[in-house]
Amino acid sequence: MDTRRVVITGVGVVAPGGIGTKAFWELLTSGKTATRSISLFDATGFRSRVAAECDFDPAREGLSPQEIRRMDRAAQFAVVCTRDALADSGLTRDDLPANRTGVSLGSAVGCTMGLEEEYVVLSDGGRNWLVDSTYGVPHLYGYMVPSTLAVETAWACGAEGPVALISTGCTSGLDSVGYGAQLIHEGSADVMIAGATDAPISPITSACFDAIRATTPQNDDPEHASRPFDRDRKGFVLGEGSAVFVLEELGRARARGAHIYAEVTGFATRSNAFHMTGLKPDGREMAEAIRVAMERARIRPEDIDYINAHGSGTKQNDRHETAAFKASLGHRAYEVPVSSIKSMVGHSLGAIGSIEIAASILAIERGVVPPTANLDTPDPECDLDYVPHTAREQRVRTVLTVGSGFGGFQTAMLLSSLDRLAA
Amino acid sequence: MTAVITGLGVVAPTGIGIEEHWSSVLAGDTAIKPISRFDASSYPVRLAGEVREFDAAERVPSLLVPQTDHWTHMGFLTAEMALADARIDPAEVPEYDMAVVTAASSGGTEFGQREIQKLWSKGSRTVGAYQSIAWFYAASTGQISIRHGMRGPCGVIANEQAGGLDAVAQARRMLRNGAKVVVSGGTDASLCPYGLTAQLSTGLLSRDSDPARAFRPFSEDACGYLPGEGGSKLIVEDAEHAASRGAGTPYGEVAGYAATFDPPPGSGRPPTLRGAIENALADAGITPADVDVVFADAMGEAGADRDEAEAISAVFGPEGVPVAAPKVLTGRMYAGGAPLDIVTALLTIRDGVVPALPEDWEIHPGYRIDLVRGAPRRMPVRTALVLARGYGGFNAALVLRACGT
Repeated sequence: MDTRRVVITGVGVVAPGGIGTKAFWELLTSGKTATRSISLFDATGFRSRVAAECDFDPAREGLSPQEIRRMDRAAQFAVVCTRDALADSGLTRDDLPANRTGVSLGSAVGCTMGLEEEYVVLSDGGRNWLVDSTYGVPHLYGYMVPSTLAVETAWACGAEGPVALISTGCTSGLDSVGYGAQLIHEGSADVMIAGATDAPISPITSACFDAIRATTPQNDDPEHASRPFDRDRKGFVLGEGSAVFVLEELGRARARGAHIYAEVTGFATRSNAFHMTGLKPDGREMAEAIRVAMERARIRPEDIDYINAHGSGTKQNDRHETAAFKASLGHRAYEVPVSSIKSMVGHSLGAIGSIEIAASILAIERGVVPPTANLDTPDPECDLDYVPHTAREQRVRTVLTVGSGFGGFQTAMLLSSLDRLAA
Repeated sequence: MTAVITGLGVVAPTGIGIEEHWSSVLAGDTAIKPISRFDASSYPVRLAGEVREFDAAERVPSLLVPQTDHWTHMGFLTAEMALADARIDPAEVPEYDMAVVTAASSGGTEFGQREIQKLWSKGSRTVGAYQSIAWFYAASTGQISIRHGMRGPCGVIANEQAGGLDAVAQARRMLRNGAKVVVSGGTDASLCPYGLTAQLSTGLLSRDSDPARAFRPFSEDACGYLPGEGGSKLIVEDAEHAASRGAGTPYGEVAGYAATFDPPPGSGRPPTLRGAIENALADAGITPADVDVVFADAMGEAGADRDEAEAISAVFGPEGVPVAAPKVLTGRMYAGGAPLDIVTALLTIRDGVVPALPEDWEIHPGYRIDLVRGAPRRMPVRTALVLARGYGGFNAALVLRACGT
């Protein structure tokens, strides 16, 4: 199993602040934020009215009229990212060995927007519980099952190998890439199109988070509403977007002379078995996931150059993961820069894990650590180096990226440059 | 590492509990009846396989009932039954050695409809606090891991009807990575007005109103399928771990698996189910001649039936292997369907009897498969192949093999 290594050779990103890797990286390194007042629906009356939205025009991104009609926004994001990732890797769908190519796509809430929009029509604005099936659109079932997102991705890249939709809430975007990497490790595929997508900025999702006071009520200053590790944080800011990668077996990637961003060196998940939404302050299970991922990658704490944090900007999360870093990395936790890009692009639920992988591999490639925006007054209980405000140039060979989600899921992934062992 | 199945939990239209389900299947008692969970009289499909004996108030801890959807209610009970059947007390297994990976399909459909209805009829502030944890596809996995203190890896695979096999394959991977006990399988429940309406949009549901004729896979008059609800959980365990705790002979081994994906409609490329079967047999290290029975996906739609019959006869030869399709008794149960087929396949191995379709089942003359009809067929069964397909092109094949001699 160890003989087959998995590398990332292409990336496509649709994120708040701009479409494409270039715009994404410019936003992250500028320290500016893409959070704003919700424009995707009328949020009057909602507790939280800010979000990190994508300025996304599907026609401009090359989707055909029928694709636009058929696909929920989350699927549109994923398909655009898939095409971009393939182009970035120097591949066309005809280059891919169809039966050795698979898809592993993550999503927390699937096609929620499509499901809700159609419900409004079928129930006639919420009047009828016995919804009128004669108003159903032909692709309604495609909105009900999140598997549609993997189907559209597979169609976009021509995969005929193993295809999966991974839905572990807010760790989906790490878990899907971990799943894809494992399929290559074990020999079930040579290429995996892996990533995640979510487009949850809709009344029902916003109402869900309002009900449990998870999202910020700080509506008067949207640009500064996402404040991970800051004493004045009030909850997370909902986001949307997607990132998709071309994962390849290393030998194959080298043989075709592909550009290699990074290797997926370690991956592990654990569950807290504690509470569907609550976290214990000790970060014990996330620490365990980090330890296991390091063990599998044969990476020591001192090898880690940057931690891309979950950093959602809720008090319990920020303290939970700070404790987890200390428990798993010891004194190294105090030396290594830690940042949360959710301060800039919000929390896009299942998608964010993949978007954070994109940030992590770009950090390796460009030698720049993105900052934590809006970190004006650190929470005294969060006492690590969170890279406030300003990006930092430094050599990055190995990144630890983590996720934590509803259901109690904790995931850790390690990404490394290929020269890390030679160095 | 050998992955074996040591416990089963069933909540299905055919019965709650392994033996209830099995005796209904062997007797050919159909659970296809008029929908009773809501007034379906205004819909063009009014038949389904419901789990009629299930009452969450009696079967699920009272605190958890309002926090979770019907789908998860059944998930709790199947997990509890499977652990009891395996004689595993989670308190006695190290916390990180226990994992959970389930299949999900449409999530907490009925719960979700109720809350969206409140939002649009009464306003956003009326949406309840539990919507955020009941509706999403990971609800059952998360709740089961919490309830039983399972802190190892967790997973959710949402590949529609194929996901149940993919989840069990992922359970085997988790064991290879060091877990000892994995709760896998899945349940599903989408029998509410919005759930049914969404299913209608595919055009794959049967509109025949005769319960005995509406769901006729592999017949000349196949006219679509009927929905079902429920499912099963399986305890997938490291064989050495099972032996060391004196678990007795497992139901069977998860011996092989593969998944493929069909090209898009209109591409002119062939479907890929055959490749999934061949790869699964190769993964198990066996040849077609080693397979004693195939549990078909049996969708009941002409094109899908033809594809499946052709894939089976291409691999096994014309009428080369007995084929069972017990899902005609339950309807298509989505995330719960393949896990229930795994249970039925394991019981077939245990008892050496293959369930049959009714004697008068007319098989399409173009399909060269040995569809078992009439009385259940008594024969030694050591190896079973379970097939499942998910909407949009997912194919999965799982090989189950008897343990011991």
